[in-house]
Amino acid sequence: MTTLSEDVERRGAMIPRPHRVRARRQVSHDTWTLELDPVDGRPVAIGPGQFTMLYAFGIGEVPISNGGGGPGEENRLVQTVRVVGAVTRALCATEPGGVVGVRGPFGNTWPVARARGGDVVFVAGGLGLPPLRPAIHQVLRDRDGYGRVLLLYGARTPADLLFLDEIETWRQAHGVDVGLVVDAGGPGWSGEVGLVTRLIPGIELDAGTATAFVAGPEIMMRFVAEDLHTRGLDLDSVHVTLERTMRCGVALCGRCQVGPTLVCRDGAVYRYSDVGPLLSVKEL
Amino acid sequence: MATDTSSVLLPDALEVIVQELRGRGWRVVAPVRRNDAVVHDEITSVTELPIGWHDVQTPGSYRLEHRGDGAFFGYAVGPDSWKRELFPPRAALLSARRDGRASTDGPGDTAGTGTDDGAGFVVTPAVPDRRRSAFLGVRSCEVAAMEIQDRVLLHGHHVDEDYRARRAQAFVIAVNCTAPASTCFCASTGTGPAVRAGADLVLTEILDDDHRFLAEVGTTEGAELLDLVPRRPAEPADVAAAARAVQAARHRMGVTLDTEGLHDLLLGNLEHPRLDDVADRCLCCTNCTLACPTCFCTTIEDATDLSGDVAERTRVWDSCFTLRYSEMHGGRTRTSARARYRQWLTHKLATWVDQFGSLGCVGCGRCITWCPVGIDLRAEVAAIRADQEAGAGREGASR
Repeated sequence: MTTLSEDVERRGAMIPRPHRVRARRQVSHDTWTLELDPVDGRPVAIGPGQFTMLYAFGIGEVPISNGGGGPGEENRLVQTVRVVGAVTRALCATEPGGVVGVRGPFGNTWPVARARGGDVVFVAGGLGLPPLRPAIHQVLRDRDGYGRVLLLYGARTPADLLFLDEIETWRQAHGVDVGLVVDAGGPGWSGEVGLVTRLIPGIELDAGTATAFVAGPEIMMRFVAEDLHTRGLDLDSVHVTLERTMRCGVALCGRCQVGPTLVCRDGAVYRYSDVGPLLSVKEL
Repeated sequence: MATDTSSVLLPDALEVIVQELRGRGWRVVAPVRRNDAVVHDEITSVTELPIGWHDVQTPGSYRLEHRGDGAFFGYAVGPDSWKRELFPPRAALLSARRDGRASTDGPGDTAGTGTDDGAGFVVTPAVPDRRRSAFLGVRSCEVAAMEIQDRVLLHGHHVDEDYRARRAQAFVIAVNCTAPASTCFCASTGTGPAVRAGADLVLTEILDDDHRFLAEVGTTEGAELLDLVPRRPAEPADVAAAARAVQAARHRMGVTLDTEGLHDLLLGNLEHPRLDDVADRCLCCTNCTLACPTCFCTTIEDATDLSGDVAERTRVWDSCFTLRYSEMHGGRTRTSARARYRQWLTHKLATWVDQFGSLGCVGCGRCITWCPVGIDLRAEVAAIRADQEAGAGREGASR
């Protein structure tokens, strides 16, 4: 049996493969998680940090990060999609049994294994949690291989916080130090209010061995990286994931350029030391 | 490139080349005069070339004039580039049909499966164009542009299948340029006026007492074609006359873009005030990117038929000068004209090197001529460089 990546090479990476929606869960007021099975029976071997191009029949295609990697999620794609336009609306409206197209996997992976032996801090802003989820699960499967594991997670409102049940499991069963924060609280929220950077001064970690994985809006990632650096992390040890519009996912369409780099080909995961200077140039 | 295989053709021999190619089923595409511009189209005879015409090009201006001789290639490049043939403005990527069983209406590979519950679809990749095309009159800058597009579309990890098919079938008859326009600067970018490689045949038009062409062979296919054409071996005088014509073109152009340290110059001046100045002039009309022979950015268009059961995807030229180009769900990353011009200029002359290992510019000057307000990237770069050097001078003086 050929592997999927060989198949992608042979047939051209521009051809979507039909996938059937096996399950669909609404995970916030505007966000759904889709579980996808390949119609041809050959699963996509996707790594933490990689992405696919999801195709809604006749409407269009969007890059969506791998949001799977949890227990029992082997051999299927798990992708969390927020409704922001016509394509994502159609994807999120696909009922179980319906079919969407998948291209990929594309892009590089979070260097999770290289963080082994030290502390790990995951920092997520908003919809940044799903792209970190496969990396978190990779660490938790090998929990003894790492020191402290921290998750700092900020969202706009309590209603925008995703996967709270699962986060509770990570805290209780795996000893993950979890910090949650929202920009705007409200009735029933007794936790922290502010930006996710607010949590950084209070964390305990061994900066010399620690690796950070950060996903969220660019401005958030810049401030998080700077604050982690203030806490003693080397910027080589801070990894971020960039987001740009993509039409192809395979370095042919030019759309995802950020200065010298193509996000689909050279990323989407970067060391902050490599892309930090680019992110500080306005409108690059 | 002059070697023992050089030979001399008379003008009638070019007609033989066209007829031989056509007789073997090739489309022959060449410069022709349409609507007072030299563009590319299929020809049936060399008489359709813009014989005796000359183009006068300046920033934002293009005009054809009579030369007063019978030159076949007495003009520089027009608004069309060979990109239009190899990487067309629109190319079908695939079609998809709801509920279909494996499609039988095309030889393409088929992904997907028929389903019984009415929820599936079948994807059929588009079949690339299989017509063989011969390009007559390709300039050195344009051969270089093809090699740059090869790096992007063929030599990366993934390949553009439509481009690969078209490129593999292309037969290139190049012409050493003896008629550069004022907007041309291939001598600056090292991409002309003489063709070094990448062509099946290379012609140099010689317009002294007798009108003739020095023909040099680039590939075996080129040699095989030349064998069918009436010709005589080249004399040293022919080779010298051709070299003089190309050298004259090189001298006429001079060096108008200083490429020394260009990458660092531009990336070190991302906030240079000259970019505000050019943003006041730039209309963001996209002409430069559409006329450019190397620009490769594309978008994808999705559409369905009226039943909604058949969907098509089409690859379409895009431009970094549009607002939509940088649109994401969270907004647009390049809203100002300044940011869009900067993206284009720095990509062409700096970050292209980081991304693909070569400049993204071949010095053809199309972006200068076809800019409606006559923005000349050479002048923009020179202004930034002059400022930088003046600044360095001041620093030096103050020490």
